[in-house]
Amino acid sequence: MEIREGLYYSKDHEWVRVEGNRAYVGITDYAQDSLGSIVYVELPTEGKELPKGEVLGVVESVKAASDIFSPISGTVVEVNQALADNPELINESPYENYIAVLSFEKTDELNELLSPAQYKELTEGE
Amino acid sequence: MMDRRTPLYQVQKILGAKFTSFGGWELPVSYTDIIAEHQLVRTKAGLFDVSHMGEIKITGKDAVKAVNRLITNDLAPVPVGKILYSPMCYENGTVVDDILIYKFSDEELLLVVNAGNTQKDDEWIRSQITGDVMVENLSDNYVQLALQGPEAENIIKIILDIDTVLPGFYRFIETSLLGMKVLLSRTGYTGEDGFEIYLWLLDSGSDPEKLWNGILEAGKDYGIAPVGLGARDTLRLEAALPLYGHELSEDITPLEAGLKTFVKINKDDYIGKAALAQQLEHGLKRKLYGFEMVDRGIPRDGYDVVKDGNKIGYVTSGGIMPTLNKNGGIALLNDPDLQDGETIKIVIRERLCEAVLVQLPFYKKKYKR
Repeated sequence: MEIREGLYYSKDHEWVRVEGNRAYVGITDYAQDSLGSIVYVELPTEGKELPKGEVLGVVESVKAASDIFSPISGTVVEVNQALADNPELINESPYENYIAVLSFEKTDELNELLSPAQYKELTEGE
Repeated sequence: MMDRRTPLYQVQKILGAKFTSFGGWELPVSYTDIIAEHQLVRTKAGLFDVSHMGEIKITGKDAVKAVNRLITNDLAPVPVGKILYSPMCYENGTVVDDILIYKFSDEELLLVVNAGNTQKDDEWIRSQITGDVMVENLSDNYVQLALQGPEAENIIKIILDIDTVLPGFYRFIETSLLGMKVLLSRTGYTGEDGFEIYLWLLDSGSDPEKLWNGILEAGKDYGIAPVGLGARDTLRLEAALPLYGHELSEDITPLEAGLKTFVKINKDDYIGKAALAQQLEHGLKRKLYGFEMVDRGIPRDGYDVVKDGNKIGYVTSGGIMPTLNKNGGIALLNDPDLQDGETIKIVIRERLCEAVLVQLPFYKKKYKR
């Protein structure tokens, strides 16, 4: 199960890549493997304001729909449109295929997220 | 209470199965990928462990008459070696379970029942059955496998111990596979040709792992693979086969579920006959419809259905249909007169998503009749 360096992780198996005040959000390799084939992604609308912990989108596998929770507070500035027609891209490359990009200000919320090592511990415990 | 496991749990774990909890059992949901397993059954062959199903034997002078009083379909004309599908109803016409009845003789019947209903059915039958009969719940003594797909027949032929004539659709024989005595029936729950294989565990030669591995080995050149419950559900949805707890339940009658062919209103009295006869006479107030999505979105069990601004029912089963490359499902709607081609809206996470009513089944079954 791949856990990439240079990313922040949430307890709900999301990853965050920070570029200035933009945060790219996706789901981890562990998450896509647990879900199985992803057949539908519900993307958020651009401009949507998301407090930390609120539902950012939904990822659907054959058997169930899973909520994606926003790991930090921010405003949606971009979504990965490619996932609308090809949701399976998340299974193929979970770290290349972000779901949405948030512009954010509360940098200290990043400290509440997990490091790659901490996330590794979490997944080994589950 | 912990979920039960079938005798094949260990071998399935080694094969990489991902397990799920179903009806009190821990069973494989998939081994590789649900969609791939689904497609494999439609194009080649898949092997399912369905040992969680229940088996109840009814023996005695009055076996046929006694069971006929519990079911809506007619057992009387069924010959030895044939299988009857029937709903079993309560006095009010709603469904206790939908079952298969294997006729061994006029005095020996084997009822195969849904996993989650085994105890309920056993208690119901014992409390309601009359006449000179004995009821035995043999569920713990059977392993049941299902081999389904266009290559199933080719694969079975490899492991038959004697050159025997295979049973036709909805028929069964007692035979020997890989040196083990089995019950072999031409039945299944996928919409493809195939077999269900019952292994009686109390026979000294019975070895469930040997049977499981032997079938997978024999089918290697045909591309066989083990298949889990995830694909079992998508396959049966495409074929529009009812699932108890969804299309049939203690709230739904077989008439509402579109199973009129299996309800014989001119048969001698049986539990539920009066209520069903009334429903036939007065007409249905609600019924099951098939639908396909027009808007993006995946319909799922329990989602509301709206028409012209009003909630008219709910989705009983829904999801993706890999063979058809569509999303769709079955819904119980409070309007018995809707037509194919009419639109309804499925409420998916508060959004109204358009769908269109279609004839069932979605996928035309490939039974070898």
